[in-house]
Amino acid sequence: MERIPILKMGVFLLVTIQVDMHDRLALTLQDDLTDQIVKHRARGVLIDISTLEMVDSFIGRMLGTIASMARLLDADTVVVGMQPSVAITLVELGLSLKGIRTALDVEKGMAALQLAFAERGDTQDDDS
Amino acid sequence: MTIRKCETMSIVTAEHIVLVRQAVRKQSVALGFNLVDQTKFVTAASELARNTLDHGGGGSVHLEIVETDRRTGIRLTFEDQGPGIANLDLALTDGYTSGNGMGLGLSGARRLSNEFEIWSEPGKGTRVTIVRWK
Ligand SMILES: Nc1ncnc2c1ncn2[C@@H]1O[C@H](COP(=O)(O)OP(=O)(O)O)[C@@H](O)[C@H]1O
Ligand SMILES: [Mg+2]
Repeated sequence: MERIPILKMGVFLLVTIQVDMHDRLALTLQDDLTDQIVKHRARGVLIDISTLEMVDSFIGRMLGTIASMARLLDADTVVVGMQPSVAITLVELGLSLKGIRTALDVEKGMAALQLAFAERGDTQDDDS
Repeated sequence: MTIRKCETMSIVTAEHIVLVRQAVRKQSVALGFNLVDQTKFVTAASELARNTLDHGGGGSVHLEIVETDRRTGIRLTFEDQGPGIANLDLALTDGYTSGNGMGLGLSGARRLSNEFEIWSEPGKGTRVTIVRWK
């Protein structure tokens, strides 16, 4: 089955959405991400949408769901790289993406995740 | 008004929504829409295609290039023989959904288009037409 790859970078997970997502793929990503957050005890998820030429309410809802699921699993989410034309369209569509943190690019998104992680002051492994 | 080109695509699976988006993008580019206008119209089309599939139980979209003596545009007509909509005002309200959507598809598609027309009859089906001019 077709899947969107999830990369592990330290305590963070990185997802680059590179295809015009159909609905099932979006739902699979949601499930896969939840599994991976738990498996790797990830503390942050970075979703790069810079190649997405369009975000409709379905994808918007998916991003919101991922962010809330991640929050419940004690991980932050940052969405990066939204194209300006996509942002303009989202405003007119009426989708505010409330509760989703955004950053300009992967670098700034990573910095935001790292800062949040440092501020929480938790350790990487709470088994000990 | 003359119709320069037309094409009908069925909307029966989620993959079809992707194909509709791609077809609308292609025509928007061909007509010289700027990137923002392309994105707005593709997004409107995506919302309506999903409604056709999810609420209408599947249907089709008719894509036309329309021309008047003053301007050229793209007209999309989404059609299904599904349950129809009993209360159009309610359905067009931001945030209203009868399912678990965000309730922004119809109202959003209206804002993202230059012209918007909807016909629906309970038990018969739904037809939504949108136009975006160059
Ligand atoms: N083609 C359709 N057939 C039947 N009902 C529809 C159709 N399109 C829209 N609706 C109704 O209008 C409501 C609002 O649609 P929309 O704004 O796209 O929100 P959503 O799809 O998120 O529910 C839907 O929840 C549904 O009840
Ligand atoms: Mg909808």
